[in-house]
Amino acid sequence: MNVWVYGDDINTDMLFPGKYTYTCSTPEEIKPHLLEDLDPGFAGAVQAGDIILAGKNFGCGSSREQPSVGLKSVGITAVVAKSFARIFYRSAINQGLLLVECPDAVEAFKPGDTLDLDVETGRISVGSREFTFPQLPERILSIRNAGGLLPFTRNLLKEREDVS
Amino acid sequence: MPMTFAEKILAARSGRESAAPGEIVTIQPDYLLSHDNTAAIIGKISDELEEYGVARPEMHIIVLDHVIPAANEKAATNHHKIRAYVARNEIPHFFDIGSGICHQVVMEEGFALPGHVLVGSDSHTCSYGALGAFSTGIDRTEAAALLLTGETWFKVPKSIKITLKGNLTPPVSAKDLILSLIGLLGADGADYRSVEFHGSIAGLTMDDRMTIANMGVEMGAKCFAFPVDRLTREWFSDRGFEPDSYEPVWADVAANYEREIDVDLGEIGPVVSLPHTVDNVKPVEDAVGMVVHQCLLGTCTNGRYSDLQVAAKILRGNTVSDGVRLLVLPASREILNQAIQSGVASDLIQAGAVLLPPGCGPCLGAHQGVLAPGERCISTANRNFKGRMGCKEAEIVLASPATVAASALTGRITDPREVEIS
Repeated sequence: MNVWVYGDDINTDMLFPGKYTYTCSTPEEIKPHLLEDLDPGFAGAVQAGDIILAGKNFGCGSSREQPSVGLKSVGITAVVAKSFARIFYRSAINQGLLLVECPDAVEAFKPGDTLDLDVETGRISVGSREFTFPQLPERILSIRNAGGLLPFTRNLLKEREDVS
Repeated sequence: MPMTFAEKILAARSGRESAAPGEIVTIQPDYLLSHDNTAAIIGKISDELEEYGVARPEMHIIVLDHVIPAANEKAATNHHKIRAYVARNEIPHFFDIGSGICHQVVMEEGFALPGHVLVGSDSHTCSYGALGAFSTGIDRTEAAALLLTGETWFKVPKSIKITLKGNLTPPVSAKDLILSLIGLLGADGADYRSVEFHGSIAGLTMDDRMTIANMGVEMGAKCFAFPVDRLTREWFSDRGFEPDSYEPVWADVAANYEREIDVDLGEIGPVVSLPHTVDNVKPVEDAVGMVVHQCLLGTCTNGRYSDLQVAAKILRGNTVSDGVRLLVLPASREILNQAIQSGVASDLIQAGAVLLPPGCGPCLGAHQGVLAPGERCISTANRNFKGRMGCKEAEIVLASPATVAASALTGRITDPREVEIS
């Protein structure tokens, strides 16, 4: 498991350049360009189970969803940041991607530290130190737990159909 | 309980007496906007659309603006799919290429009425707060789910109150004001907040308010909002929407704001956002003399008639500097037509401008003016992120229409107070 560490205000153009927005939509098309203008080595080296650690306002900028779709599809376990921009925050819920808002954990992290997450209890360990992070409201958690908004919506439509 | 604009509108539209920050409410928005990304949105749910259809076809507004006319086969195919979806599902509010930039079209067509709730699969959907509507950006997946269900959830935001006093001193403009505010609060200064403007707004034209609200997302805001006043009502009346056709919503006097900021408009001067973040705001004096290769006048931030007019007054009878490309991007067909009829378009073209079709043009780096490594563009758009205009080794400086026009004349970033205005 690798931890990818980035700074403040990582915007959506850094996560996925706007020039590809209308030519790349599927995970396969997105992956080679993920973080292209921020960290050209990322797309080739990222592995399932990796974690991204970043500063404040992660995901600011455009409403394009290639960043959240792409990070989910390459198997990023979570993005841990000091704070998130709101459209990206919603988009991550919609893709079933775990975001952990925990400024103390980001501050505490030093290269080489282990990073462990317990989603159920909302705890994150950095080396020997432990922090807690806020859980999503129950109703929103059910979207992420369904695997994202589209599976959630499909279930909802089926339920409504069954009732009627 | 006294409520802010955001609290009041979210309470009313979710059938509640009140709404407090942090609460989650379900709302059926009046409209859902999407643009060229409609192809990707409907592609996610093609089976479900077949089975269930579009929940509320009249809710869906589609404006083709991002890559128009199609720059390549992929864009052309996307446009083709969108037109087929419109025909098959009888989507009444479809605007094909050349109509304008989606946000301008939504406002001109009267979809963003005061008190309305709109969501759009575009981050600058926050623009409609200029007209007293609640509007915010969402991603493609959420737009797809909305097509199937017609509803979505909102977390009631905390609110920030900005009280204005005084007046801007031309050539200082609304763009200088909003860039200054973003510099003051930072790129995340209003993250997940409703930003509501109070005080002396009468000195801000409707175009000014649209420029300001357009950039709300650049400080992280969920929405920006202006109260409805005489200017708003006149703007709507001119378009055939009389005051009895909408119900304005505004904050209570005793509403609880997380933060209150007072701004004296008379103290705002011309500013620029230097590369590569929008909140890297400096007085224009700090940037004077920097060489520019391209000047972009227009976009959903500053592509309205008054913006083109300000630039024309500076450029009329002059020519842009050697080595500078001036691109003009009107925000809609209506604006382009007005600029042609009044002679403003001719003033710009005779000064050397390249007139682009009403759309997003080079703003997001897809076509029509992509930058080369080492080049610098001064632009009236809303983002200067690295790589935004198609090249990560290029620089983008954000400024007002007057500063961009003045810089086009000299080939260097120029203080608009230093040039003659006809």
